[in-house]
Amino acid sequence: MKYLDLIWAALFRRRVRTIFTLLSVVTAFLLFGLLDSVRNGFATAGQAGANRLVTASKISFGLPLPLSLYERFREVPGVTQIEYASALAGTYRDPQNFIPVEGHSDSFLDLYPEWKISPSEREMYLKTRSGVIASESLAQKYHWKVGDKIPLQTSFNRKDGSTNWTFDLVGTFRITDPSMQSSNGIVYGRWAYVNEAREKGTDTVDWFVLRVPDANDIDRVAREVDALSANSDHETKTVTEFAFYADFLGQLANIGLIVGAIMGAVFFTLLLLTGNTMAQAVRERIPEMATLKAIGFTPRIVFGLVMGESVLLLLLGSALGLAVAAAVIYEARSRVGYAAFMSPMVQAIWLRGLALAVIVGLVVGVFPALRGMRLRIVDALSGR
Amino acid sequence: MPALKQFGFGLLLTLVVAVAAALLIVLPVWLLLVSVALLAAWMALTRMGQQASALAAISIATLPQRLSSSSVIVVGIAGVVGVLVALLAMAAGFEATLKETGTDDAAIVMSSGARSEIQSALNRDTIATIAQVPQVRQNAQGQPMVSTEIVVAASFPKKHGGADANVEIRGVAERVWDLRPNVKITAGRKLKPGLNELLVGARVRERFAGTEVGSTLQMRGQKWAIIGIFDSGDAFNSEIWGDADVVSSAFHRESSPTSMTVQLTQAQAFDAFKAGIASNRRLQVDVQTTRQYYAGQSAGLTQLIRMLGTTVGAIMAIGAIFGAVNTMYAAIATRGREIAVLRAIGFYGGPVVLSVLLETMLLAAVGGTLGAAIAWAIFDGFTASTMGIIFAFKVSPALLWNGLKWALAIGLVGGIFPAFRAARAPIISGLREL
Repeated sequence: MKYLDLIWAALFRRRVRTIFTLLSVVTAFLLFGLLDSVRNGFATAGQAGANRLVTASKISFGLPLPLSLYERFREVPGVTQIEYASALAGTYRDPQNFIPVEGHSDSFLDLYPEWKISPSEREMYLKTRSGVIASESLAQKYHWKVGDKIPLQTSFNRKDGSTNWTFDLVGTFRITDPSMQSSNGIVYGRWAYVNEAREKGTDTVDWFVLRVPDANDIDRVAREVDALSANSDHETKTVTEFAFYADFLGQLANIGLIVGAIMGAVFFTLLLLTGNTMAQAVRERIPEMATLKAIGFTPRIVFGLVMGESVLLLLLGSALGLAVAAAVIYEARSRVGYAAFMSPMVQAIWLRGLALAVIVGLVVGVFPALRGMRLRIVDALSGR
Repeated sequence: MPALKQFGFGLLLTLVVAVAAALLIVLPVWLLLVSVALLAAWMALTRMGQQASALAAISIATLPQRLSSSSVIVVGIAGVVGVLVALLAMAAGFEATLKETGTDDAAIVMSSGARSEIQSALNRDTIATIAQVPQVRQNAQGQPMVSTEIVVAASFPKKHGGADANVEIRGVAERVWDLRPNVKITAGRKLKPGLNELLVGARVRERFAGTEVGSTLQMRGQKWAIIGIFDSGDAFNSEIWGDADVVSSAFHRESSPTSMTVQLTQAQAFDAFKAGIASNRRLQVDVQTTRQYYAGQSAGLTQLIRMLGTTVGAIMAIGAIFGAVNTMYAAIATRGREIAVLRAIGFYGGPVVLSVLLETMLLAAVGGTLGAAIAWAIFDGFTASTMGIIFAFKVSPALLWNGLKWALAIGLVGGIFPAFRAARAPIISGLREL
């Protein structure tokens, strides 16, 4: 620490060069922060649902299942609560404003404690047949207030022949667990209302959610539930909600591979760039280092000074880059949209980033530091 | 006052660079080539141009002395272009596979509200009614060119390990060959009706284990023989086809085919076709041309990948610009004396600026070509799968050219400030370094 002044002074000798190198480091770590948050988001999506099992059609998610399965699932030991839902989707005013709507059974909010809602609004939701609740961010996006009527244009026919569905917004919720926040864009209504009003698919549901509090029961329950529909025309596949998200996102893209490849390219160029800067910095200061050695600094300390300079450069740049990434992620996630699949900048991402910065700093500083450590005072001072 | 003047100059320069970079990206190839030719002519023929070429020749001749710092620009830009081209090639490949799958003169009919075939269910009456609509083309035997299909899914083990993956199984009728003339049998033979036979798409054969002609697959508790491979050059290559009736009964869906594809008399007949069906209240179906349907299936994802590619590319480009600026400042610093002497003996400032810019853009062009070449070598034809569709990355010449333009733009922006610095540094202080 007593050498920090010396290291800092050495770093900012050539201010312009250092600042531009710093800026390059900042952009590299900005990218790292953003991409790692996407990767982490994909890897942790649905984590809160480790004790919830999702039962849906084995052929393709969303193909209707008969409601009668509910009674049979209740008899499976280990299942404490069940809820079910049917989905429809529509647009609000503009065909670009796509809004998914899910009609859930009454036990919905019991199985999803992460959906935080005020008790009075929760009561209104359970009492109002055509009532829906939306996330605070979604309501903000469309300027909805509790009490508004929300008309949606859909392609789902109602019994009265129209395809326009109107719901009453009776409350707003906030999802507190980041791994479930991709559901912020969904409007939640009542299954009974949807079932009663729709023309096709009466008494069918698109999926069931079963709560299995004991982790040891999960595999058995999943097998028993699927066995109930084996060889029927509605074969089911039951997995934990966490596994369900992982499957779905895995089908989308191998995000780990993509992020890894991009960051590999970025860090390779970063190594070259900072390596070049450090090499130049040391080359210019050979006489000074010789002077330091002449007045008594041991070679080891000189080595440490150069390594310290390199690591400090990387740490400064990475801290700044990660901070900017955190700001961008925060801003992006507060809106409803694809950004919901990015995880917030959790400690793990910060630690990974800073650790990488230190490693790069060490790798980049080694050769210049060795050069400084091994120089012969006489030759260096006479400019040879 | 001087500080304000400096600031104003810097601002003006930034504006000019932004406009130039934008022009670079927007102008068509031939116009850029013409400007390059004009520049070359200017450099060969006018006095200032000849000064510029002399200076440029010196800088390029001395490049080997600055190899490591020049490599920073080259590698940095290669990284940007490589990542950009790879991601855009992914989007382009996915889009191309799906776009080619549809045409304007064929329509696909699904039950209303279904977002994809697998979610739809039609009944036989509806199918019979639609087949009789006048806009439907008839084949030589006077039969309506209609293919009624059932789409389901099953999972199979992949060739290179990992979890089983879902494959779309399409039950087709004999008439499907009329409607899909681009589908060629590359091995084996067509399906015989009523048997547990499967026709495997080319991409499925590449990716999944045990899918050659003569093998057997287990599906729904039954054995199915693979009797042929087909290649259609589009999204159907990611499917397995079987006889519609046999597949329906194996999946317990005898009474509800999922979709029908209809060949229209001509592309212009589509509107009349759609209107006619909409007016019949009993038919609750959605009608689109096959081109619209497949384009819709791909639109969201391709947009997302393109946005990802452009964002990542832009951030990497900014990093590369800082790297380039750094390198070029260092380059002109080491040549500070030379430039001062040259200017003292009469070289104008303009050629100095131009020579620095040319050096930077040359390095950028090398980096861009390197990045594009690496991206092409690794990623062209690389197959990946998303949402059940197996596609190949498509590194087209247009994409490579796009990458090169980014490289040149980075070189331009990175080189302009050092260039002006070199040209405007006071000659006296430059000479004093002697």
